[in-house]
Amino acid sequence: MATLDLINVQKSFGQTKILHDISISLADGEFLVLVGPSGCGKSTLMNIIAGLEEPSGGELQLDGRDITPLPPADRNISMVFQSYALYPNMTVAKNIEFPLAMRKVEKSKRAERVKSVAKLLQIEHLLERKPRQLSGGQRQRVAIGRALAREPRLYLFDEPLSNLDAQLRLDMRTEIKKLHQRLGATIVYVTHDQIEAMTLATRIAVMKGGVLQQLGTPYEVYNRPANTFVAGFMGSPRMNLVKARLTQESSRLALNIQTGKRPPVRIDLPDMPSAMSAYIGTEVIAGLRAEAVNLARPDMVAGPTERAVDARVEVIEPTGADTLVVLDLGGNEFTVRLEPDVSLKPGQDARFFVDLAKLVCFDAKTEKLIA
Amino acid sequence: MANRRPKGFGADRFFLYAVLLCLALLFLLPVYVMVCNSLKPLDEIRSGNLMALPIIWTIEPWLTAWSTAQIGVQPTGLKPYFLNSFLLVVPAVAISTLIGALNGYILTQFRFRGANLLFAAMLFSVFIPFQIVLIPMAKTLGVLGLAGTVKGLVFVNVVYGIGFTTLFFRNYYAAFPIELIRSARMDGADFFGVLFRILLPSSGPIIVVTVIWQFTNIWNEFLFGASFSDYSSFPITVALNNLVNSSTGVKEYNVHFAGAFIAAIPTLVVYLVSGKYFVRGLMAGSVKG
Amino acid sequence: MRTGALPKLLLSPSVLLVLVCVYGYIMFTIYLSFTASMLMPSYEWTGTASYQRLFAQENWHVSLNNLWVFASLYIGVAIVLGLGFAILIDQHIRAEGAFRSIFLYPMALSFIVTGTAWKWLLDPGVGLEHTMHNIGWEGFAFGWIKDSDMAIYCVVIAAVWQTTGFVMALFLAGLRGVDAEQISAARVDGARSWQIYLHIIIPQLGPVFVSAFVILAHMAIKSYDLVIALTNGGPGRSTWLPSVFMYQYSFTRNEMSVGAASAVMMLAAIGLVVLPYLFSEMRKVKNG
Repeated sequence: MATLDLINVQKSFGQTKILHDISISLADGEFLVLVGPSGCGKSTLMNIIAGLEEPSGGELQLDGRDITPLPPADRNISMVFQSYALYPNMTVAKNIEFPLAMRKVEKSKRAERVKSVAKLLQIEHLLERKPRQLSGGQRQRVAIGRALAREPRLYLFDEPLSNLDAQLRLDMRTEIKKLHQRLGATIVYVTHDQIEAMTLATRIAVMKGGVLQQLGTPYEVYNRPANTFVAGFMGSPRMNLVKARLTQESSRLALNIQTGKRPPVRIDLPDMPSAMSAYIGTEVIAGLRAEAVNLARPDMVAGPTERAVDARVEVIEPTGADTLVVLDLGGNEFTVRLEPDVSLKPGQDARFFVDLAKLVCFDAKTEKLIA
Repeated sequence: MANRRPKGFGADRFFLYAVLLCLALLFLLPVYVMVCNSLKPLDEIRSGNLMALPIIWTIEPWLTAWSTAQIGVQPTGLKPYFLNSFLLVVPAVAISTLIGALNGYILTQFRFRGANLLFAAMLFSVFIPFQIVLIPMAKTLGVLGLAGTVKGLVFVNVVYGIGFTTLFFRNYYAAFPIELIRSARMDGADFFGVLFRILLPSSGPIIVVTVIWQFTNIWNEFLFGASFSDYSSFPITVALNNLVNSSTGVKEYNVHFAGAFIAAIPTLVVYLVSGKYFVRGLMAGSVKG
Repeated sequence: MRTGALPKLLLSPSVLLVLVCVYGYIMFTIYLSFTASMLMPSYEWTGTASYQRLFAQENWHVSLNNLWVFASLYIGVAIVLGLGFAILIDQHIRAEGAFRSIFLYPMALSFIVTGTAWKWLLDPGVGLEHTMHNIGWEGFAFGWIKDSDMAIYCVVIAAVWQTTGFVMALFLAGLRGVDAEQISAARVDGARSWQIYLHIIIPQLGPVFVSAFVILAHMAIKSYDLVIALTNGGPGRSTWLPSVFMYQYSFTRNEMSVGAASAVMMLAAIGLVVLPYLFSEMRKVKNG
């Protein structure tokens, strides 16, 4: 397996800049997920790593070796495509064998390798079939098999689960994670689905408009998003972002939330990073996840980092596993995740406990995290 | 090969362009020879070689081919036959295109028993060797009093062109968004209303393709012309063949070349001007029904 | 919409014309082939006499043999060249449009024009051989068109020149229809360009090969104009094709029933090539 370094990678088509200075260092055995909305440049970056497109600037290194000028064939990487790209006129066995044949691997070794890959992916019974005779999930396994055959240094997955139906997608997601654990492979994976990113990655690279928004572990990206875009993109439901005025009263900071005619909400803050003090008297964007809020039952007491807040219930959405409730918090929409059997009515005023340990604040102008 | 244009100009690319250029020149050779030698006096062709540019440039061969060359028994040149071809092509193209549009409309918008079979029968008619209808058609034209006339040729070319024109329009209308037609019907459009107000106005591309296809095929047609016309009604292909093949004694190559080019000009011009529509016709005519 | 009388009424002239002038005439000619028509059609049934006479004709055997040689070379060379040209043009070249136009323009010409141009180009007295002599290469000989054994190959040359561009257009469309991701996958798998064409792209062009074959075969069987213009069947009768035979016997030699029989044979040959193709295409359309 290998380390991958992207150093200041840039890409432009004519005047349009697609990728701005992407720099990422991957350690051996890491699972990097490139995630972002359509048009963010993740597929272009993937193609550049594969060698299918040339960067306009910057360098790529595999195991410390500069691979930027090398064609795809010489990079020792494998790729699984969104549409699987199986060769329609070859059997499954021949499809898997193809990269080995191109490398002029000896015939007996090829057969052996095809067998072991097929066994690993449980597609032995499909070896003599043609791609058109396979289901979507089976084709996907064959595509993965073809990538595994060569035992490359690096695996690239370009939205491999997008064309599968929902249940199959979940099953295959687990399969891919198991594969990663088993092989200890270095993987770069592209998806627009942030749940896939969270569940599969060791590190996530969130991209937007060709710019790397944040590179971090799932925990970091989820709980300490670098800016409001990442905060809103990752997680479902998205993180609540509310404009609030930061005030100081007798050495305690407080957030004041009021938009429109609703009664203001005031939240006293526990210890906050010192960087916050620069924002006293100004507006910040407060971010809090839906699960950081609980309904305040009469017998409950607020924990050390919790604060009580009053809000009006607007919409109740039971999902079965829990209940998503949209609140009016000081005139702002605020989604909270409560127990499945909670009994609230629309229009009802209620009290909630918010866990401020999970609070993050963003600069109102730059939208960046106040660290 | 997909993906990207290779950058730079390595040895591979040079070789590629060299090969393509050679092939292109080879393909242009006959036309070059035709034009070049049509502008030379006869002795220069005989003493010199076909590839050389004219030493003495002359348009005599063209004038001869056009107005004084011997076609059969008449020294009229190709002019009257060029005219015949136009008198043949214009009505034949117009009529066969209109019929094709009507047929295509009916076959796609109306369900009735045997519609598919009828279409298949029409489609097959473009494949038959036309030799098989020569004898009965000759008889028929005689009976109708159309033998040896341009009108007769128009009739023949229309009949045997219906298959193609119907194919073109039928495929085009089959892909037409059905909601537009349905809403027009709900708005009260009748049979002709849908045809003239909805379908035909959007049929620009296929009309152009069909017209170009029919024009090229009918202008270039020879067998029917040779079988069903006489000296007054030869189309230009028959006249040209007459000029070249029946010249006894001195072979005036330059006149033959000039004549061939005269015959080729209309369809070549249409080809150059219409570009992609020409290709579309070729593809549509070759892909299934 | 349920069909009123009007559409059927408007369709019927075409149906009638096709029924009569295509299928009716075919029936008529088939009938004639079972009579003993000479200068004019006669309607007395004589069974297979005309066919027996047909098969006894040396000219018919020459025509068939020529058709076999011509068709196999014409189809084979046109497909190979057409595919080759298409692959060359597929390489993302500048001026692709210009090259395509140059290879395709012969399709816009009448076979008579093509025949006339090539007739003199290949003529030893004034064409290639003469030109070579003129330049100084005295030993060069290219008198095929005047040689009974070789003249048919000249027909092949002219026919290939005329239609290669069309076959190229067919293959180019086919090449470009191949999924680009498969090509990317093959590049990542380590395949060089020629390997990608050989193992992945060309195998997928099956349907194009079939289409090209059917169309070229049917054109070969129908070839008439080109032969007449290029060699007029000559030298002697060495470039006769069934189409030439038919015309000669029906209209010049006053053996109409034999001519009719030869036309029926041509129809049978075309049916053999085209009908299976048409059936499979119509079935494909029906099945969506």
